[in-house]
Amino acid sequence: MARSTPERRALRSLVWLLVIIVALIGGNAASVLWNEGAWTPKLALDLEGGTQLTLTPQLASGQGVSQEQLDQAVEIIRQRVDAAGVSESEINTQGGENIVVSIPGTPDESTLQRIRSSAKLEFRAVLAADLASSSTIGEDGAEGADPSASPSAAEPTSEPSAAPSPSAAPTDASDPNWITPELQTRFDEFDCASLDAAGANVAPEEEPLVTCEVDSSLKYILGPVEVTGARITNATSGLIQGSTGVSTNEWGVFLEFDGEGTAAFREVTERLVALQGVRNQFAIVLDGRVIAAPRTISAITNGQPQISGSYTQESAKTLADQLKFGALPIGFELQSQDQISATLGVSQLQSGIIAGLVGLVLVVLYSLLQYRALGGVTVASLIIAGVVTYLLITYLSNQQGFRLSLAGVAGLIIAVGVIADSFIVYFERIRDELRDGRSVDGAVEAGWKRAFRTILISDVINVLGAVVLFVLAVGNVRGFAFTLGLTTVVDLVVVALFTHPMMQLLGRTGFFAGGHPLSGLDPKALGAVYRGRAQFRPAAELSAAKRASSGREAQRRQTIAERRAAQQNGEGKDAR
Amino acid sequence: MSRFTSFGNDLYTGARSFDFVGKRRIWYSVAAVLVIIAVGLTALRGGFVFGIEFRGGSEFRVSQVAEASADTAATTDTATAAVGEVVAGSNPRVSVVGGDSVRVQTEQLTPEETAEVSASLAEAFAVDGDQISTSFIGATWGGDITRQAIIALMVFLLLASLVMALYFRTWKMALAAMVALVHDLVITAGVYGVLGFEITPAAVIGFLTILGYSLYDTVVVFDKVRENTGEDGVESRRSFAGSVNLAVNQTLVRSINTSIVAILPVASILIIGAALLGAGTLFDIALALFVGTIVGTYSSIFLAAPLYVHLRENEPEVQKQGGRAKRSAPESGAVR
Repeated sequence: MARSTPERRALRSLVWLLVIIVALIGGNAASVLWNEGAWTPKLALDLEGGTQLTLTPQLASGQGVSQEQLDQAVEIIRQRVDAAGVSESEINTQGGENIVVSIPGTPDESTLQRIRSSAKLEFRAVLAADLASSSTIGEDGAEGADPSASPSAAEPTSEPSAAPSPSAAPTDASDPNWITPELQTRFDEFDCASLDAAGANVAPEEEPLVTCEVDSSLKYILGPVEVTGARITNATSGLIQGSTGVSTNEWGVFLEFDGEGTAAFREVTERLVALQGVRNQFAIVLDGRVIAAPRTISAITNGQPQISGSYTQESAKTLADQLKFGALPIGFELQSQDQISATLGVSQLQSGIIAGLVGLVLVVLYSLLQYRALGGVTVASLIIAGVVTYLLITYLSNQQGFRLSLAGVAGLIIAVGVIADSFIVYFERIRDELRDGRSVDGAVEAGWKRAFRTILISDVINVLGAVVLFVLAVGNVRGFAFTLGLTTVVDLVVVALFTHPMMQLLGRTGFFAGGHPLSGLDPKALGAVYRGRAQFRPAAELSAAKRASSGREAQRRQTIAERRAAQQNGEGKDAR
Repeated sequence: MSRFTSFGNDLYTGARSFDFVGKRRIWYSVAAVLVIIAVGLTALRGGFVFGIEFRGGSEFRVSQVAEASADTAATTDTATAAVGEVVAGSNPRVSVVGGDSVRVQTEQLTPEETAEVSASLAEAFAVDGDQISTSFIGATWGGDITRQAIIALMVFLLLASLVMALYFRTWKMALAAMVALVHDLVITAGVYGVLGFEITPAAVIGFLTILGYSLYDTVVVFDKVRENTGEDGVESRRSFAGSVNLAVNQTLVRSINTSIVAILPVASILIIGAALLGAGTLFDIALALFVGTIVGTYSSIFLAAPLYVHLRENEPEVQKQGGRAKRSAPESGAVR
């Protein structure tokens, strides 16, 4: 039996919906099986509690921390936490010096690292390098480290230009004259283990720095800072591309500098490329440690260097996020880490859910009252929307760290209204078409065209809002944007892939097509009056008052009209 | 079928019509009065009451409370009661930290109050005074969140106006929709200001939800207006205002049904939530949503549509339209 086009299209849509649902279930099952996922969405801090981290600034004795620095640190930490997912954490200052970070769940070491490390990035030229072992003191491999290059100086580190020097005061950042005898001595005696104890190893930007490679294998004397992380406009992570353009298996961080940074970086690399030995290298210093000291093979003019090293996908992303949002003005250490209970508690969620369910039952009753059998389509659509939303939230909760807060639950409940509205707009348009005298299946198609336009434009504006808020806002607002975007997309999917196909199919059943009084599509009740072949007269020509007074008369006429309308319908079907 | 359906039929054909556009002065006045009440009473009360999430406050940490984590709800009640003895009407945030200590956050207290709350907490949890530490805490909803949220909102409203202006092919609809939106937000926020509810992050999320809903509802009504007025030419028998009014009437059943469907769950949260829990975050959000949904639906019909007619009726093309109506159809034309 050949099926008509709308019917085939309707079935295809329903199959697509089934595919989406099955894919979501599959995705969830996969995360439950392999990624410690769950079949229920995770809850946010206000409903479930989580972990409270107290961070104390790492300060030298006598050094203070200003409120401004703390506020800045809170802002940066918030961006870093947000970049890890939509978890709606709470970050604030405490007692004028600590920062308290409350995050849902239990953080792992990489989360802690992401939050507290300063991420101060500097590019410095290498002046001297040596094996880190403190027992081997020598000049081997430390070109330019010859003490004779710079004579005895009175003020070694703080004022290099003031150093009395027979050769010259350092003229550029690669000048070996930076290395004063005092610096040389410090370098010779420098033990990389002391870096761990000192926390952040910070030297003023305009002075040389003695430090080690991250794995403590090498130690360096580095020139003054040439370019800082503040000049970074964007940082991303990804697989490094080899010289042939094929991506290697090595993860790296890609940086983009602003104009000033690009110019400075070009200047440095142009200078270094002409130098020999270790002075050809520049060091990338993160939080006072050298994370890489590559050789300068060619001048980098586009301001887009990449950092490679022994990164994993996760650590590369962490570093990229840290660099993107800027360095903390001070480093922090973890003072305490405690479990914290929910601020609102499960009772709020429970009564919220109970109230929401009662509300939904009322919605169902109202739909049935208003739309009779069509109300059943509304209810079925809402159930499908609920299932898809639940699966999506659970999936994103497993994948993106999305967490449901009480405000999110309220947003979902309001979404019931917006989702149901799509059906209401659609049904009302179908009724309008019926009032204009179309047959039921014609009205379904014509009504859909008009209704979908309306649904689409209003949903597009909501999605626009969700995307803008998600990209630009921080903190709780992002969680809201996430929920809004999610429910709006679900609305579109359900109305296009379920409600409309269902109407197409139901419009062919005798119950609906015949305009049964309980179908909600009764042309008689909708006031469409048959007048002749393919011609309908709106009932409005009878004034409301007159119609009321001659109710029985109208009833009789409409019964005939209905019979003819049904006949007309039957003819239409035969002709097809 | 129900009387409501024939009501819908009459609205569709124009047999029954509410004069939303013609009586716009009344609706403008109502809106103006409501906005003035919202702003005025809020100002009289001394502005909005912001929660500690926005202002920061005082924090008490009661350590070594053995039964703290065994019954979190009881601990919360004890702490709330203890704070309430000193600071009447305070709504502290209580959490159990690390299993055996209680964290109590209140609004910013004076040193005397701090000492009293400390003593009161010590008594309530039967611990020594030196097991309670106090400190000041900063806002969790910092200036940076507000700043970014405002930037994002501005960008969104600009883009939404642009999309609407392109879709409807007139910036006047976008403007009318934005005015209605501001009206809705002012009145919803006014509920908090007038009743003195604390503005919490949850309430702000509630405002944002209303913002989305209000815009959504206006767009749905305007799309019908676009459809109706788009069909009219200069020769149309219906005046522009009449066309818009018919469109609003034709979507009225939709507006009523949608708002009832949206309000039912919110109202049940409001009523059940209030009965089960008393005032709290859930009640606050539900109230904002309840008021916002009603106002959002109302303003699309009574404010946005008349305002749109108002903005356009001086256009020469629009003025010409409906000129024939006076000659050929003295009564309101109902036939499409």
